[in-house]
Amino acid sequence: MAGVAVSTTINGDHVEYLCQPDETLLEVLRDRLGLTGAKEGCGTGDCGACSVIVDDRLVCSCLVLGAEAEGRQIETIEGMAHGDQLHPLQQKFLEHAALQCGICTPGFLIAAKDLLAKNPDPTEEEIRFGLAGNLCRCTGYDKIVRAVQDAANVMKGA
Amino acid sequence: MNFDPRYSGRSFTSVGTRPIRPDGVDKVTGRARYGADFNMAGQLVGRILRSPHAHAIIRKIDTSKAEKLAGVKAVITAKDLPDLTDGDAAMYDILDNSMARTKALYDGHAVAAVAAIDARTARQALKLIEVDYEVLPHVTDVDEAMKHSAPLINDAIFTEGLEEKPVKPSNVTKRTQYGHGDVHQGFGEADFVVERSFKTEQTHQGYIEPHACVASVNPDGTADLWVCTQGHFVYRQHCAQLLGLEASKLRVTSSEIGGGFGGKTHVWAEPVALALSRKAGRPVKLVMTRDEVFRASGPTSATSIDVKIGAKKDGTITAAEATLRYSCGPYAGMWAEIGAMTAFACYKLENVKTVGYEVLVNRPKTAAYRAPSAPMAAFAVESAVDELAKEIGIDPVDFRIKNAAQEGTRASYGPVYGPIGIGPTLEAVKNHPHMKAPLGTNQGRGMACGFWFNFGGQTCTDLNIGMDGSVSLAVGTVDVGGSRASLSLVAAEELGIDYAHVKAIVADTSSLGYNDMTDGSRGTFSSSMATISAARNAIKILRERAAQMWDISVDDVAWEKGHAVAKGEKHGNLGKLSLKEIAAESGKTGGPIAGHSELVADGAGVSFATHICDIEVDPETGSTRVLRYTVVQDAGKAVHPTYVEGQYQGGAAQGIGWALNEEYIYGKDGRLQNPGFLDYRIPVCSDLPMIDTQILEIPNPNHPYGVRGVGETSIVPPLAAIANAVSNAVGVRMSHIPMSPPRILAALEAERERFSR
Repeated sequence: MAGVAVSTTINGDHVEYLCQPDETLLEVLRDRLGLTGAKEGCGTGDCGACSVIVDDRLVCSCLVLGAEAEGRQIETIEGMAHGDQLHPLQQKFLEHAALQCGICTPGFLIAAKDLLAKNPDPTEEEIRFGLAGNLCRCTGYDKIVRAVQDAANVMKGA
Repeated sequence: MNFDPRYSGRSFTSVGTRPIRPDGVDKVTGRARYGADFNMAGQLVGRILRSPHAHAIIRKIDTSKAEKLAGVKAVITAKDLPDLTDGDAAMYDILDNSMARTKALYDGHAVAAVAAIDARTARQALKLIEVDYEVLPHVTDVDEAMKHSAPLINDAIFTEGLEEKPVKPSNVTKRTQYGHGDVHQGFGEADFVVERSFKTEQTHQGYIEPHACVASVNPDGTADLWVCTQGHFVYRQHCAQLLGLEASKLRVTSSEIGGGFGGKTHVWAEPVALALSRKAGRPVKLVMTRDEVFRASGPTSATSIDVKIGAKKDGTITAAEATLRYSCGPYAGMWAEIGAMTAFACYKLENVKTVGYEVLVNRPKTAAYRAPSAPMAAFAVESAVDELAKEIGIDPVDFRIKNAAQEGTRASYGPVYGPIGIGPTLEAVKNHPHMKAPLGTNQGRGMACGFWFNFGGQTCTDLNIGMDGSVSLAVGTVDVGGSRASLSLVAAEELGIDYAHVKAIVADTSSLGYNDMTDGSRGTFSSSMATISAARNAIKILRERAAQMWDISVDDVAWEKGHAVAKGEKHGNLGKLSLKEIAAESGKTGGPIAGHSELVADGAGVSFATHICDIEVDPETGSTRVLRYTVVQDAGKAVHPTYVEGQYQGGAAQGIGWALNEEYIYGKDGRLQNPGFLDYRIPVCSDLPMIDTQILEIPNPNHPYGVRGVGETSIVPPLAAIANAVSNAVGVRMSHIPMSPPRILAALEAERERFSR
């Protein structure tokens, strides 16, 4: 199969790659570009561990083709902190111990960032439904919800 | 080693605080490397071909076409994993489960594997492998499998533990019995007797990270394995034995682990990856798909349990009896035995008897799942306890308090308890505001208790002090949920330095002595004991070095709050030397300063919890909603309370999923029908309320700080707590887990029919 040439922007940087037509964006990120922060938990869009933002839209990168990234703006966990400055969500996840094993954490952080961008002052219920596409098996979600609430408060004040 | 592990009442500086974990930043920035995040030069992609049949003889496997496909570098079958188990039946089962030898024993059983230059080629190659199966009758239900008419899964199995040696083979591998007293007499003394039967369906641990490894076998007989595991030393032993390698030449590095809950205590694809690498002469990365994780790894047992409990009018239990049948998959296990041991462990009983039957079925090999076997037994027993309280007319909390085990009680499984937390958790629940909160229509409140043994085991730890006075702590227990933070706190506490100056890592199998797995809630319990021991050994050296620097006798040097202090009037003007000052001089006073420890951490204190759950049932649809949930559990001593709370919450959430929704669904063809997160639905964020926790601290006398394991007990009470809540909400006793909407609706309709008649 001939490769597809793709020109795109990832975390603000211009990136070019060749990928197969049936290759997912997740495979491209992990296997071609070395961006292994997005995780494959299921490969079927059920767990959210591979969440990335494509043009302001939260997606499961396992359900997007690598070729579809052409001309888009893609945001992954690797671009969330600014230099050595953690994003408030990252900081609050640490402070609240909103992770145990941490495999779902990149997906949760991306999904939470997307949620707060669209709804800066969510209720607990809105957070719970906003993050319902991301599975966590360790925490029971309690500390994740609290971390997002706390981060929302910090970000409102900022 | 003159290490004294006994508890000594003391105050703490670091232990009990809540600092940020040392591996935290890597995990929120995507830098942490899990099983599938590692690559090697020249690496191939491995894939496994799996049986579509629940039970079939493998007549022939033709791999010739796959071998000829361009880009395929190795194809293996069981022939490439010769039997080196030397009569070790348990290891033979692990080998056969890794790659079926003569029969496929469940849908998903590995039969062949390939290594190719990329995933696409590997997938194509799998399609070119021709397997000639002779399909056999199968059985997947635990009760069906016990019948004489059931298809035999292994005709070499004759039930162990029977009074007379059986003459016919059976799917029941073993009968076990626990208890004491005379239950017949005990039931004779009872004014009330409740007898019920229960079933629970099979569930999966549901870790979000699929099994993943990179294996590299070199021509000189050395090998490396990078893998997500709860026990890299155990993986090394098993893989070395199965591959015929010397254990010391197989270096296993545990990656960050994306959840395990017991499911990553067993090797599955790792021997296959090593065999592929050996044959291909290149490193091989093997990552399971989610479908493979469900079909071929995990799960827990499906069970069928009968319980009978009798009590006097005053609420004293006079006798308790249970028969427990647990599915093991197609290989022998001891799952029913553990259920039989835990079933009545919460209670002080004069007459108790439990019998367990291990049952073979054509399902994946049963693996440990957080307090394995205990939740199902607790579901049956705690449901019956509630029913009995109702018949007697006594409050269910008071009934349990009256019969709760205490220090000195002989446990139903044998030993006599030391100081334990069941009574205190019940008292805390009785007084908890949750118990007094009002309830609405179709809402009910339930509570239940749970027990887990906890485990200690072999542990080895290194503590190295740098010349700048900072401390590297190398442990051999895999960190599954924050133990590097808790162990750093313990090192800081013992040395008397700040947490910020300690960095804990999980060392690979070539860098540290053998460690048992992180199972049995042992991670923080056992490695903290070894860390305390290692720190005390380091302090001995620090004192010696200080004595040398002062030119006084070491007997005159004490260690206080991170400093060497000269004792005695003659040394009055010597002042103190900090750890940092001593470390800075170490090159001149005898070289590096380190503390080492190897020990068997005996005396893991048993753990008890009591949970409260409020639930609302929709009588039209049978759907349920958990409104409020509270966990009360004894931690012995909570080293890092936030992560202790996390363990309580996570176990409760898994229990809620098990109670209400999760189950393996098999078709008549013996194939798993829901091998994905869409159809095997674990709780999502919007399914759950906040989960409140209350940590009790009843010190474990067998640990210097009083620590008990905390990881597992939290999954034991939820099944029963929720069943009791449903019963109190809508008046039906649910005897079959999960209590999914169709099952609740059917129970409600049956109840309505009973009343309308």
